[in-house]
Amino acid sequence: MSATNGLTIAVPRGALFEDTVELLSALGLDTEELRSNDRKLLFEDIGVITMRPSDVPTYVEAGAADLGVTGKDVLLEQTAQSPGEGGRAVYELLDLGYGRCTMVLASKAGPDPALEALRRLGVMRVATKYPRIAARHLEETGRQAEIVEVKGSVELAPLTGVVEAIVDLTATGTTLAENNLVVREEIVVCTARLIANPVAHKLKAAPIDDFLEQLRALPAARLG
Amino acid sequence: MIHPIPSGTRDVLPEETREVRAITDALRRVFERHGYGEIYTPALEYESVLGRADMAEAQPAYRVFDESGAVLALRSDMTVPIARVVATRYASSDPPMRFCYFAHCYRGVRPQRGQPRELLQAGIELIGSPAPEGTAESLTVLCHSLDAVGLKDYRVGLGDASIFPALMASLQVRDEARKGLLEALVLRDFVGLEQTLAEAGISGEASELLLEVPQRRGGPDVLAEMPVPAHDAVTGLRRVHELLEPAVADRVIFDLGLVRNIGYYTGAVFEVYDPALGAPIGGGGRYDELLGRFGRSLPAVGFALGVDRLHIALAGEERGTGALLARSSDRGPWSDGGAAAAGQTPVRSGPSR
Repeated sequence: MSATNGLTIAVPRGALFEDTVELLSALGLDTEELRSNDRKLLFEDIGVITMRPSDVPTYVEAGAADLGVTGKDVLLEQTAQSPGEGGRAVYELLDLGYGRCTMVLASKAGPDPALEALRRLGVMRVATKYPRIAARHLEETGRQAEIVEVKGSVELAPLTGVVEAIVDLTATGTTLAENNLVVREEIVVCTARLIANPVAHKLKAAPIDDFLEQLRALPAARLG
Repeated sequence: MIHPIPSGTRDVLPEETREVRAITDALRRVFERHGYGEIYTPALEYESVLGRADMAEAQPAYRVFDESGAVLALRSDMTVPIARVVATRYASSDPPMRFCYFAHCYRGVRPQRGQPRELLQAGIELIGSPAPEGTAESLTVLCHSLDAVGLKDYRVGLGDASIFPALMASLQVRDEARKGLLEALVLRDFVGLEQTLAEAGISGEASELLLEVPQRRGGPDVLAEMPVPAHDAVTGLRRVHELLEPAVADRVIFDLGLVRNIGYYTGAVFEVYDPALGAPIGGGGRYDELLGRFGRSLPAVGFALGVDRLHIALAGEERGTGALLARSSDRGPWSDGGAAAAGQTPVRSGPSR
């Protein structure tokens, strides 16, 4: 019987992939094929499916995976943050600690163009891949904003004058600096989280709890 | 020509209607056999009347004005309208009273898989029958209904809405902190729960209890060694369990973290799960204070099933390819390990029909 107890786990490709595979290996899972074959999506014999991080809540909510690993940024964007708010229904079980990034509000270096826009025009335009996080933050801090959702490089938007500021995730700040952008506010620190399907959490309680216990028993260094 | 219909609604055509009808007919026969009389109430009610109940997340979402300027709301469930009926039309009738319904309800949700804005609910309300007997009767009708429909692998999660508040009260959690903790639990954000505990300055044994107890779920053994403040609720759950016939008792998974997203529940709460669907099929619980808000104070319990979700789960079981089914059937370990650990009979592996 594998370390995943017969559970299916959604593993994110991309920045969180290495650490997640490392974690699964530490639990005794044979991850060799997972590491070597980056085009395969379904690894049935070890109970792993791979996908982009922002798809993980979708598959876990639908029950296609019992557990999943994704960033807190994805969860903040896709799940309810207060009762009654809509969003993907998944349980957040554990902070895995790795994949540490900060969600920031940034604008062009020099006098803050966002402040000027707010003062003179009453509203700041903000480009982001995280419209819910951006809207929530600006609302909570009492500022009127027009959210411009983009899919690609967010840094381009303030440089071309489309917006005065961006809300984006940054690990080192290098990309921001290269594009002459400075961090004005840190919104929230995001790390990788273990999530579960609500029905699997009941019907597969024993294997899920056992998996959690194995994770918690790992040396703290493993969890970021 | 394409003429649109509102987001979250849909048309049901004859082939599907025939299948849905077979489900509701089977449910109706069981409800009637247990003495539950079917009733209809208006889809539109005065907002001020529905507003007497604490609906939390399931608040009515759609409102209109009538010709005299009064605000009408589309009902978001049938429990509140039935509470109104009992208080007004059965003001002097002797309890217990038993009602069942098949009715469309309206919620302001963001439509996703199985989350429509107009949903057909089938359910019962048992008015004037206190715990544990009323709760046990309601669970019995629930299981008999699902059996009659032909659902095979379902389980009923059973918890008590008062456990977590009782724990917080006895551990002297400050009033300001309680709302945030309960919200984290309602969202099932256990990482957030841990953070909120730390921010509220709760540590050590108190923090461990508030984190650990709501994650307890499984067979009757999870009721062992319960902390004193949860003692009443857990004794209540044990009594309910003792009253159940074996076939029904075997379906129960105790879940001490079960909280439903509707505010009026006071005691035992339950939810129905099936491995063929990634979301609950329905649920219910005790609402011993709701009738009092309408002027006739009576203990009550009931449940509602989402007929469409039930239909999806049935279809999934028949194909043997439901959400959580498909994989576990190929790789045996879970179906034995998990079910045995939860004190259940093993879940069927592979297609059944």
